Amino acid sequence: MAIRSFFVPFLLLVLWFYSSLSPVLSLYEDQVGLMDWHQQYIGKVKQAVFSTQKTGRRRVIVSTEENVIASLDLRHGEIFWRHLLGSNDVIDGIDIGLGKYVITLSSGGSILRSWNLPDGQMVWESFLQGPKHSKSLLLLPTNLKIEKDNVIVVFSNDRLHAVSCIDGEVLWKKDFETESFETQQVIQPPGSDLIYVVGFAASSQFEMYQINARNGELLKHESAIFSSGFLRELSLVSSETVVALDSTGSILLTISFQNGEISFQQTPISNIVEDSSGPAVIIPSSVPGIFAIKINSVTIFIRVIGKGKLEVVEKLNQETAVSNALPISESQQAFALVQHAGSEIHLVAKLAHDWDANLLKESIKMDQQRGIPHKVFINNYIRTDRSHGFRLLIVMEDHSLLLLQQGAIVWSREDGLASIIDVTASELPVERDGVSVAKVEHNLFEWLKGHMLKLKGTLMLASPEDVAAIQSMRLKSSEKSKMARDHNGFRKLLIVLTRAGKLFALHTGDGHIVWSHLLHKSEACQSPVGLNLYQWQVPHHHALDENPSVLVISRCGPSSDAPGVLSFVDTYTGKELNSLSLDHAVVQVIPLPHTDSTEQRLHLLIDSDKHAHLYPKTSEALGIFKREFSNIYWYSVEDHNSIIKGHALKCKCTGEVADEFCFDARDLWSVVFPSESEKITATVTRKLNEMVHTQAKVMADQDVMYKYISRNLLFVATVAPKGSGEIGSVTPEESWLVAYLIDIVTGRILYRVTHHGAQGPVHAVFSENWVVYHFFNLRAHRYEMSVIEIYDQSRADNKDVWKLVLGKHNLTSRISLFSRPEVITKSQSYFFTHSVKAIAVTSTAKGITSKQLLIGTIGDQVLALDKRFLDPRRSVNPTQAEKEEGIIPLTDSLPIIPQSYVTHALRVEGLRGIITVPAKLESTTLVFAHGVDLFFTQLAPSRTYDSLTEDFSYALLLITIVALVAAIFVTWRLSERKELQDKWR
Amino acid sequence: MEKGKGVMGSGRRWAVDFSDNSTAPSSRDIPDPLGFNRASVDQDDSTVSRQKKDAESNWKAQKAWEVAQAPFKNLLMMGFMMWMAGNTVHLFSIGITFSALWQPISALQGVGKVFEPYKDSKVELLGPKLLFIALNLGGLALGVWKLNTLGLLPTHASDWVSSLPPAQEVEYSGGGIPL
Repeated sequence: MAIRSFFVPFLLLVLWFYSSLSPVLSLYEDQVGLMDWHQQYIGKVKQAVFSTQKTGRRRVIVSTEENVIASLDLRHGEIFWRHLLGSNDVIDGIDIGLGKYVITLSSGGSILRSWNLPDGQMVWESFLQGPKHSKSLLLLPTNLKIEKDNVIVVFSNDRLHAVSCIDGEVLWKKDFETESFETQQVIQPPGSDLIYVVGFAASSQFEMYQINARNGELLKHESAIFSSGFLRELSLVSSETVVALDSTGSILLTISFQNGEISFQQTPISNIVEDSSGPAVIIPSSVPGIFAIKINSVTIFIRVIGKGKLEVVEKLNQETAVSNALPISESQQAFALVQHAGSEIHLVAKLAHDWDANLLKESIKMDQQRGIPHKVFINNYIRTDRSHGFRLLIVMEDHSLLLLQQGAIVWSREDGLASIIDVTASELPVERDGVSVAKVEHNLFEWLKGHMLKLKGTLMLASPEDVAAIQSMRLKSSEKSKMARDHNGFRKLLIVLTRAGKLFALHTGDGHIVWSHLLHKSEACQSPVGLNLYQWQVPHHHALDENPSVLVISRCGPSSDAPGVLSFVDTYTGKELNSLSLDHAVVQVIPLPHTDSTEQRLHLLIDSDKHAHLYPKTSEALGIFKREFSNIYWYSVEDHNSIIKGHALKCKCTGEVADEFCFDARDLWSVVFPSESEKITATVTRKLNEMVHTQAKVMADQDVMYKYISRNLLFVATVAPKGSGEIGSVTPEESWLVAYLIDIVTGRILYRVTHHGAQGPVHAVFSENWVVYHFFNLRAHRYEMSVIEIYDQSRADNKDVWKLVLGKHNLTSRISLFSRPEVITKSQSYFFTHSVKAIAVTSTAKGITSKQLLIGTIGDQVLALDKRFLDPRRSVNPTQAEKEEGIIPLTDSLPIIPQSYVTHALRVEGLRGIITVPAKLESTTLVFAHGVDLFFTQLAPSRTYDSLTEDFSYALLLITIVALVAAIFVTWRLSERKELQDKWR
Repeated sequence: MEKGKGVMGSGRRWAVDFSDNSTAPSSRDIPDPLGFNRASVDQDDSTVSRQKKDAESNWKAQKAWEVAQAPFKNLLMMGFMMWMAGNTVHLFSIGITFSALWQPISALQGVGKVFEPYKDSKVELLGPKLLFIALNLGGLALGVWKLNTLGLLPTHASDWVSSLPPAQEVEYSGGGIPL
């Protein structure tokens, strides 16, 4: 008994220890990279500046549309350093000053920064203010010096600044008094002390200011009126001549302002270009003596031959990109042209003054899926025979970046992946003979060697080199990147749609690109804009022979009522199976919970006239749809005028064309928020594919609560219109946040709560029967997270055990939402330290495993927070029974455990979204975070309870078994002998 | 004997009867030896053996009762141990509870064997057996009660609904903010 009385408290202690231990997801150092991968991107390059000095490494500095400034290795395309500026700090221009500073102008021309070229450290930063917003221009004259100081000329916010290159001090500034003056160009003729500022005032007045570059003194101001107006674009052909187009786009104007005298020269385009039709557009370029215009899809290069005479030098029918001019010697300037022709691209480098001679003419085979070249940047190097060699950096339609040199692609970067719009997951093929794509088998010797190493590792006999070899073997295990389904469902394909309209399939094992597909352009639609991805066909059971496919919804043009395009893409091969150009717009897509016999999911597409169109357009789908016709509803959120409307399907379309797959809708209900006090900021629903294991929640005292689990529940957060701005822009009294739970079939508001003194932005996540949302508390000056759990009170009476034992209850029978549910809600709020970029929740195959919230923090990391911390039943002093149930004592703020950062030491720069995909193994979920960078990992919110962990000691198990067998054998022999001796006695 | 008589009657002079009649009450007309009172011996002998038998059966009965009451002690001990184990589910409490369940069951299975040594025509074993069974059933009940307090018996509604899938809804709605 004495032993027992000791034993009981001991066991209780152990139990307490386990229950108080929150499942921390920390990794050991050698586990990094085993299940996770991280990829760094920069986005579509806007501007590139080469730095190819003799000393130091050759690099190219780029600024991108994702607001990244990066220094790339010119040999391999790797990132030396990279800075992501905020989304409201858009980069306007970059350049290299003094050969060792990267100068960036950003934030609408109001922030000028200098970065150290080798390591990317910031040297200085200056703020440039001005009277009003304007175009921002950055100019670094090579040989303009003021008191031995190199000068940066910046035109921004309608003011001209001269800034010192060394310390960022503003040397002088100059305002322009003319009303409505819009600067187009700032010109600094090399070798002079003058700066020309040219632009338009009103719509028909050309203005020129001549300024002394040394002190900002205005030397001359001239203006001239051209009666038929200008198009707002200038092309610089020499330091004192610009070319503009008149407002109709049919007359070219050569404007020269030599010696401060403005003179126009008009040349109708039809005079120099035969069969020109349609208005022309000037392609911005800075090649001396030559400019380019584009009429329809034809690019025309025109040379200016003295005194405003124009001459067409070439007409190119293909898509063409032109680089800026590159000085290659004292008097010569080169530029490059890239043309797209079928599966090849043609590169041409020419001298500016001599069109006919080609410095370089090459053709390079190019992957069709990269589309057309968008931008080209040229750089030269001196070959050993002292001739000029050229390298070209080109940006393709899919936002990829390639370096071409000597007729070959030196490196390429898939920077389209920096701007992912939508992600969905797809299974890999089942492993069959000949299906697997990856080569797994290697020779027997390698295999044996690997296993010997592993054995050494387990027996702790490995030397440090062996350990390193084992580690690299683990990281590069071919098992990980195999192109076939695995037993645990860890290997999948992530299908991502990028802003460039390209689909990529990423392998979850190591993140490599399995295939990529640029959305097909058709006659009807020249530039489809990808919007969303849906799982179109997910074959299982009877339709296993079919490949799964995804549906890409795109729109033909930027406006919301442009006709839609549907593309169906096979996820195994990346081939476009079919493409439909619709005659209606796509405003909403509703995947229905029904599939046809080939496992194609039925989708309802709502157009801008509120007609519903059913896809696929088959009679079978129509049959299924007709059966469920009266039960299908849809809702629309009009966030600009704060109305949520519910609709039901009425009848077939009453259009002029009979279309059986088109249905009219009628309005059923509407929730109108008072526009003077509430504005919708966030709406969240449950994820369609979320699995919920049970409807009951069992309390510690054996009591049961029934969760209100409905797919048709919408969480809406509204804020005061005044408080929809930045945090701190309103007083707590003026700002509030109202959270609603709305049934989207009936329009019934199930719950409503007001947080006074709260402000957006609101980030929310909805799962099972709970919503968690994040907002700012103006009174406490802290972020807060709230949780609402919703329970069904009408089911609470189902407590008769016998009825339940015999199954005489109606808990699982189908229910109608029109039967009024009685719900109760529980909610609680906590302080949270971080501001949040995205919130997601883990999802598992059956929904048994406990959940974790995945919070994308402002530091671009992903934090896993147990749902148990956001449990409205938490109290300051939980009872013993509640403690056993796992209820954590209530604290005012949510803890941030450093080990529970899913991204461990890495950062997902510019984090935008977090996606979770269930693995086949119930305990595990796959997490994909995307922004400018990509990050993928596996998570087990309740640890891997259904499989042995990687560090499980198989050796120990084996040794134990062997020892046990030996012991059994020995004792058996001993007992035999003893028995024999006993018998002889 | 019948035959002897007949022989004697028919003129046989003597006969030696080897049969030992010491225990059987004499039926012949030979007088008993002097000082021997047959009646007293007969009576005495039977009294002693009867007394002995009575004592044994008494003892057996007593023992049987004792055996029958033995589970009671066990019951108390079990009760104490259960109290010690507490109401939380862990290895120790589960072990105790299952031993508390197993002991009565195994005892009940071996009721016949337990009372075998005390089997006697004169001993009434039904009472002790019933007591034994009752006490063991009591022990079993205690075990079951403990099992229930540990929450291992499906006696609550929560035990039957904890894996009920959510009810399907008839209606379906989708949509959201326009793309």
